[in-house]
Amino acid sequence: MTISRRTFGLGALALTGAAVAPSIIAAATRPNVVVIGGGAGGGTAARYLAKAAKGDINVTLIEPTRTYYTCFFSNLYLGGFREFQSIGHSYGTLASEYGINVVHDWATAIDRSKKTVRLASGADVAYDRLVVSPGIDFKYETVPGYGITSANKMPHAWKAGSQTQLLKAQVENMREGGTFVMVAPPNPYRCPPGPYERISMVAYTLKQKNPKAKIIVLDPKEKFSKQPLFQEGWAKHYPGMVEWLPASITGKIEMVNAETMEIKAGGETFKADVANVIPGQRAGEIAMSAGLANQSGYCPIVPATMQSQMDENIYLVGDSTIAGDMPKSGFSANSQAKIAAMAIRASLTGSKLFPARFANTCWSLIADNDGVKVGAKYEATAEKIAKTEGFISKTGEDAQLRKVTYEESIGWYDGITKDIFG
Amino acid sequence: MRRLLILFAVCAAGQFGAVTGAPADNAAAFKQCRSCHQVGANAKNGVGPHLNGLFGRRAGSVEGARYSDDMVRSGQNGLRWTAETLDQYLQDPRKLISRTLMSFRGLKSAEDRAAVIAYLRTFSDKPSDIPEAAPTASTTSHDPALNPDILAIQGDTEYGEYLAGECVSCHQASGADNGIPSIVGWPTDIFVTAMHAYRNKSRTHPVMRMIAAPLNNEEIASLAAYFKSLKNH
Repeated sequence: MTISRRTFGLGALALTGAAVAPSIIAAATRPNVVVIGGGAGGGTAARYLAKAAKGDINVTLIEPTRTYYTCFFSNLYLGGFREFQSIGHSYGTLASEYGINVVHDWATAIDRSKKTVRLASGADVAYDRLVVSPGIDFKYETVPGYGITSANKMPHAWKAGSQTQLLKAQVENMREGGTFVMVAPPNPYRCPPGPYERISMVAYTLKQKNPKAKIIVLDPKEKFSKQPLFQEGWAKHYPGMVEWLPASITGKIEMVNAETMEIKAGGETFKADVANVIPGQRAGEIAMSAGLANQSGYCPIVPATMQSQMDENIYLVGDSTIAGDMPKSGFSANSQAKIAAMAIRASLTGSKLFPARFANTCWSLIADNDGVKVGAKYEATAEKIAKTEGFISKTGEDAQLRKVTYEESIGWYDGITKDIFG
Repeated sequence: MRRLLILFAVCAAGQFGAVTGAPADNAAAFKQCRSCHQVGANAKNGVGPHLNGLFGRRAGSVEGARYSDDMVRSGQNGLRWTAETLDQYLQDPRKLISRTLMSFRGLKSAEDRAAVIAYLRTFSDKPSDIPEAAPTASTTSHDPALNPDILAIQGDTEYGEYLAGECVSCHQASGADNGIPSIVGWPTDIFVTAMHAYRNKSRTHPVMRMIAAPLNNEEIASLAAYFKSLKNH
């Protein structure tokens, strides 16, 4: 089997230094790729670019945090199945083994005409190609009364880290027989099964420490990911504890009040001892301010390459994108980042470009050794990233299969975090 | 927006019969054990115990077989034969059981051990209950035999590396195994046969069926070539 090799880029080089020997040109004009965001999307993109280019491309990764806490598996920390440190990852290997220039700073603006990224510290970083992987920011207005200043009393815990620790502490210290209320997010949002895995993990903790406690989910949606699996699991493991109330029953959320811990929905007032409010979401602010999103609040991309539809020098991966049939997940971001890295390398060095294929699997833990999963494969069509194959765990599966599924998820976590952070 | 053109030519002509990485003959790998161990119908204890139904068996537990005290004690202390324990034992028997009667230097090659273990797996009651993780991953009896032309396809390692992006989101490129089996360094025929078994749905794992479904013969060969080229760390 042979695959045609694309050879372009020489024309562009000739313009910049026609009289100089080609090898010297290559060294002098080694292209710069800047990656904004060091999560599942950005970390993978940076690592795959650096790994494949073997020094032919300068890769700079801009990420404000020194230690990145993954949202995936943060629910398992809430349930007591993981230590907090086990979901934290540093960038040392990306810097030392892959030669990536890791810059711990905030990217505050993108100048698309000058092709530079402005950092909070004041510096500008020039790029030939830019990967934007900022994740999500909140649309606070979807939950009237909620805002940044309420997040201390009513944590969202939808960006892992201190918020997750705060929510865990609140759950563990909740008064006996108290009520945990979750305000679930409207579509589309990061990690579709995540709120319901969280309910499972909170229930798991409360069943042991506070068995008379109640859990209420106020949901703007009428259905959710893996719903039959979660509802079967809640009835089996936590009978009578979890009440899921879609908007058709309660009406929409009218107001939350972090001072009184009250949530009003459909004329009814719910008094919470612990409230987990997860607002609606949109692309991370930097993608919005750079004009990379459309009116949906997310960023349209070219399915075959993850290139921005707004700017051919910019590629987007992860939760901030409109990724067709793919859900917003760490696995999806990791998958998309490999396509983006391949396409960027092809555009800069003439390396091979293969047909884009994407995959995702989301594991969720319902109780001790009761794991379920949903997954699919996707390909790029002209219109979108389209699903080709899929599967989901079934209700009524035997305990052994559920245990194997959970163990598989642990292996996956090890695998994907090494694939992201090296 | 630039249009990205992908040309994709498959040139398999003239390669049939040029088998690379000759199919590991698991029975042949076991040959060196036969002077002491019998297996299969009518197998009896010889110099060493018969090896029917070995998986799940307590070490040193076959009635009428000769064992060292160390082997019997290890069994009483909980040692059972699994893919993992057999792999350790076969690599260096005296390291696991210091005064074992089995005077055998051990099999240094992971491939050879995998072949022997895969062969023995077929003589256990329910091979399907024994995990397919390396080192037992093999062309087992429940995997449909492949046309030799398919096994003969030469994979493109570079294409395989690209396609492997999907695999290494779960299977670690280092060969580490913590809940998801290692797929590094497998003999290509075993890898190819396994992937075809997922593609034609004769193996059951839903994620692997999904991953294998869209892969064509050349892509499977390319993945096999790439993972064969990796080293366990």
